[in-house]
Amino acid sequence: MLILGFVLAKGISSLNIDLLTKMPVPEGEAGGGVANSIVGSLMTIGIAALIGIPVGIGAGAFVSEYAGNRLGDVIRFTADVLTGVPSIVVGIFVYGLVVLRMGNFSALAAGIALAIIMLPIVARSSEEMLRLVPHSQREAALALGITRWRTILNVVMPAAQRGLLTGALLAVARAAGETAPLLFTALGNRFMSLSVTGEPVDALPLRIYRYATGPYSEQHGQAWAASLVLVVTVFVISLSARLLLRRR
Amino acid sequence: MRLGRRGAPVGEAALAVRRPWRAANAGDAIAGVIAAGLGFSVLVLAGLLVYELVDKSWQSITEFGLGFITSTTWDPVAREFGAAPAIYGTLVSSIIALILAVPVSIGAAIFLSEIAPPWLRNPFSFLVEMLAALPSVVLGLWGLYVLVPWVREFVEKATLGRLNFIPLFSGPPFGVGMLAAGLILSIMILPIISAIARDVMLAVPTSQREAMLALGATKWEVISGAVLPYCRSGLVGAVILGLGRALGETMAVTMVIGRGYNITASLFRPASTASSTVASEFNEATYQLYISALVELALILLAITVVVNIVARLLVWRIAKSPGLIRE
Repeated sequence: MLILGFVLAKGISSLNIDLLTKMPVPEGEAGGGVANSIVGSLMTIGIAALIGIPVGIGAGAFVSEYAGNRLGDVIRFTADVLTGVPSIVVGIFVYGLVVLRMGNFSALAAGIALAIIMLPIVARSSEEMLRLVPHSQREAALALGITRWRTILNVVMPAAQRGLLTGALLAVARAAGETAPLLFTALGNRFMSLSVTGEPVDALPLRIYRYATGPYSEQHGQAWAASLVLVVTVFVISLSARLLLRRR
Repeated sequence: MRLGRRGAPVGEAALAVRRPWRAANAGDAIAGVIAAGLGFSVLVLAGLLVYELVDKSWQSITEFGLGFITSTTWDPVAREFGAAPAIYGTLVSSIIALILAVPVSIGAAIFLSEIAPPWLRNPFSFLVEMLAALPSVVLGLWGLYVLVPWVREFVEKATLGRLNFIPLFSGPPFGVGMLAAGLILSIMILPIISAIARDVMLAVPTSQREAMLALGATKWEVISGAVLPYCRSGLVGAVILGLGRALGETMAVTMVIGRGYNITASLFRPASTASSTVASEFNEATYQLYISALVELALILLAITVVVNIVARLLVWRIAKSPGLIRE
């Protein structure tokens, strides 16, 4: 609570419309904003969601609908352990896997790193949610002669819709705040970048880290303000996820 | 389709799992193969993760061998790398965090599951969950500009000249260092441990409490005599999960620990952890062996956290078979 208070107090004093719309200025000058970081964050999280959510839900569906007990336990356990892997290790992994092969830092690499962080979270939560759908519904659909994949796609998944969305949102909230893997995948960029594969991009958490550890007091103020933006975003996402689950 | 105990298919249907392409119709075959592919992607990912890290650190593994873990020199200029200071820093900062966080979070969990009136439970749980969702870089920012000056003024300067004969409290009052790192880690793992501990306690059957009450036990006797012993392994699991998180935590620690490469007993001196070393030096690494050594550091960190996590999961799984939406 104390921490939130500090972020709020320090953040509001240096929060203004310039922060959201303007580009960074040279060190030591006042003014400027973090528009490039916000755009970069949206891009990387978008890519991560596009990869991580479908694969995660698919993996969850496989465990709950197809896999036998033993295989299901193995995948579930692996996913649980993957959730506990430090995000910085994931960053190094993607650096070797994507950045070195492609030859440069990019939004794509950062998106893949965040997707890997999201995958086990989405897989575990969607599996739990699909498991909550009563068996009678599956059996009713199968009894009508509907094929198995149609049953899963058109009966089971819609029934668990809200739960699936909650899991996805929580994973997005987690990915939005991640910084460590971005150090080796997105790298950071002082300028606006809209390229997916071509050049390094910036991200909000990355900019906060750079500004906070730098020596300039103007940048410290901006770091607080950017933190406020980040915290509010993350809280709104996870809050809506919780509300979604509660409103049943 | 016949379904087994946990809804998994058996008999005919299980055969379709093992050979999804031999399903009754084309749609089912394709869907089965896609689902299996996505399901196995989790396993493939885990394998690939280990392979890639070993591959990228191979140069350093062959160059230093097992000495990498025991050597205390971390000197990029002399091309000498030893992981001991980083491993020591990782363990000590996490242990400080556990010492500070465990009593508070177990207490909070007892309060939430046993004592708190229902109307207080929801807002309180909500607060804990929000704290868990706080991005670590924001916590690091707070640590650097609020916690570190506080540690410098009220802990390190206050003990200056009084407690310095104890090695633990010796050293210059920088503010940044092992103590600040341990403090920030304890704040980070507090919500995790208390959330899981609460879930584990809520999983204790009410009949256990009622039996104790029926014997004339007081509230406290119920908690210490029935609830805690019943879920002991789950609580240990919750603590170890918190430990796993503390070991791997990067950003907040990097920002307050201050980059020191000596093993000292002092809590006030700057230190480094495996993750903070990788985070702060990876982009400065100028030659292949340097990068390789940093990747090996990440590999060691991975090994430690995976072992810790496996132990914790097994303990938590035993008590609450499906931990559900427990967040990391």
